[in-house]
Amino acid sequence: MFSWDLLANAVVAGVLLGGFYAAVSLGVSLTFGLLDVVNIAHPAFVILGSYAAYAMNSSFGLDPILTGMLLTPLFYVLGAAVYQVYYASFERRGEESLRGLVFFFGLLFIIEVSLSLTYGVDYRLVEAPYIGKSIELGGVGVAVRLLVPFAVGLAMTLALHLFLSRTFYGRAIKAVSQDRLALRLMGANPVRIKTIAFGIGIAAASLSGALLVTIAPVVPSTDRDYIGRVFAIAVLGGLGSIGGTLVAAIILGVAESLMATFFGPSWSLAVSFGILLLALAVRPTGLFGR
Amino acid sequence: MRPWGRWSPLRAVAAVLGTAFALSSVGSATAQSAKPIKIGLGMALTGGLSANGKPALLAMQIWRDDINKRGGLLDRPVELIYYDDQTNPATVPGIYTKLLDVDQVNFVVSGYGTNLIAPLLPIVMERKLTLMGVLGLANNEKYKYPNYFQIQPSGPDPEANWAMGFFEIAGKLNPRPQTIALVGADAEYPRHAIDGARELVKTFGFKTVYDKSYPPSTVDYTPIARAIKAANPDIVFVASYPPDSVGMVRAAREVGLQPKLFGGGMVGLQYTSVMTSMGPMLNGIVNYDFWAPERTMMFPGIEEFFKEYQARAEKAGVDPLGYYLPPYAYAAVQILGRAIEATKSLDQQTVADYIRKTEFRTIVGKVKFGPNGEWAKSRVLMIQYQNIEGRLVEQFKGPGRKVVLYPEEFKSGNLIYPYSAAQR
Repeated sequence: MFSWDLLANAVVAGVLLGGFYAAVSLGVSLTFGLLDVVNIAHPAFVILGSYAAYAMNSSFGLDPILTGMLLTPLFYVLGAAVYQVYYASFERRGEESLRGLVFFFGLLFIIEVSLSLTYGVDYRLVEAPYIGKSIELGGVGVAVRLLVPFAVGLAMTLALHLFLSRTFYGRAIKAVSQDRLALRLMGANPVRIKTIAFGIGIAAASLSGALLVTIAPVVPSTDRDYIGRVFAIAVLGGLGSIGGTLVAAIILGVAESLMATFFGPSWSLAVSFGILLLALAVRPTGLFGR
Repeated sequence: MRPWGRWSPLRAVAAVLGTAFALSSVGSATAQSAKPIKIGLGMALTGGLSANGKPALLAMQIWRDDINKRGGLLDRPVELIYYDDQTNPATVPGIYTKLLDVDQVNFVVSGYGTNLIAPLLPIVMERKLTLMGVLGLANNEKYKYPNYFQIQPSGPDPEANWAMGFFEIAGKLNPRPQTIALVGADAEYPRHAIDGARELVKTFGFKTVYDKSYPPSTVDYTPIARAIKAANPDIVFVASYPPDSVGMVRAAREVGLQPKLFGGGMVGLQYTSVMTSMGPMLNGIVNYDFWAPERTMMFPGIEEFFKEYQARAEKAGVDPLGYYLPPYAYAAVQILGRAIEATKSLDQQTVADYIRKTEFRTIVGKVKFGPNGEWAKSRVLMIQYQNIEGRLVEQFKGPGRKVVLYPEEFKSGNLIYPYSAAQR
């Protein structure tokens, strides 16, 4: 069944999917990779972002992705508040390892149940002019529903990379994961820096939720499908490496797409996680980890 | 003359009505104060199947209220005791053990879905209980438990009957399709449906050009749709759960997959939220269903049920129309109630024997169970989405949008063929 046409289409579909995966995983790369906070509730914030986009889309007809962008400051504040609670309750007392994990598990379920009670458990979809349309680029069909999230995912990655490498706060976030004491000696407050970073991670999660709901319908429990995937991408890319996250996401996206096209979709996830294991065996710190 | 010394006709009527009201209140109070008949169940109120579990529970609550308004069963009120199984089969044994041993329910009914009924059957068999199953596919095929009754109208051979209508339609097409693609999720229901479809492919003499499954967590379905398109089948049979149904329909449109017949066993397209969001994208798809607002499907009591359901749906946060699962959930407990009333018994075996030998008139029509507990005759509908314009919910309340093609006795319109013709 092989044809070059199919191959080209599979690779392009995989790259587009990878861009979306990168968007979903960026927050984990930041919080888990740089802050050492195992925010297992990250996918729940993604779904919260999906529902926020859905609510604005169904009530006011607003574009879901535009809504996602407009709501990022709100989610930043929410993320900062969550980190403050986590810090005061667990991290400050040095109890963040196991109890912190339980805290985020609890948060995940609270978000899930709150969404169930507020919106019910029906599948939620959004409407946008680009959903259900495709464009032809040199014989390759591109679903616009995937192209838009890819572009936004790419922009998010670039923006976060520039923020972390070019700004004071960005460098401080990188520094806090390496040497908190040294950062303190430079006059920066590590807790404040981590609060900012965590807020950015949750804001990124909410925006990626808006991307998700344009691709597929969501229910409050959709978050569970993403827990393994986002952590796998963050680890494969190398903890804390934003560029690595994008590369890892595209590798997994292309692997899934190629398997689905040529060998049967059942193998997609097995091959993706096989790649993860293989990569970690060769480079335990991930593709771009130090 | 004393003011109350003479009876006027008005006073006489008032006295009669007052006495009747007082007596009915006494009767009702007797029923309501008696020890309730408890019916217990676990239901998916959270988790992946909760979009169906919650409407199913609402339908059963409507039945409970209906029956209690009429004085209960055997002059006793009916009480529903339920717990959230979280769509997790591992919770089912614990929930039903508690229902039976702690809550001491008189009868149990299943939660929603094949996966949640599977762990319940061994418990029910061990305790020799009567079980009304709520939409499970082929759960009793291995056990052959005689006191199990499934309200889903799959028919005596659930796997094969499930897709029979789709293949019957395909087999009568002119020109006759030759090739078929089968695709489904790696999950309990789609596997059963695809197994049945494989058998029917042999029976009808089609040639399979694609037969693959995919993990339920798949995000992008365009590579799958493209691979199917490359195989160029005349028919595409899909067995999927709601997110993948939406994914497959969108992907098919995006990659230009245009077989002559498309659909089959896609769960989710029946939901109002999905129908209104997908809108005209659904036109032409031939898919299974259980009920449609067509003149051939107006069974006694169903309109009253939908009136009550739709009035309560928004508050309950469930499917606003409720055409898919709720009437069947109602019918399941309706049959159990009728059996209790008719036998005047709470004995499991007596009630089961009565259900086995009786044809029930329910809000989903006449129901008669066969030896394996499935409907004695399959009534899985095959409908085609036609003439959907825009995304307004109102259009789905009337006839002509989900046209019943199969079975013949419920047929309400003709197939628009091929698939692409219905999309124009």
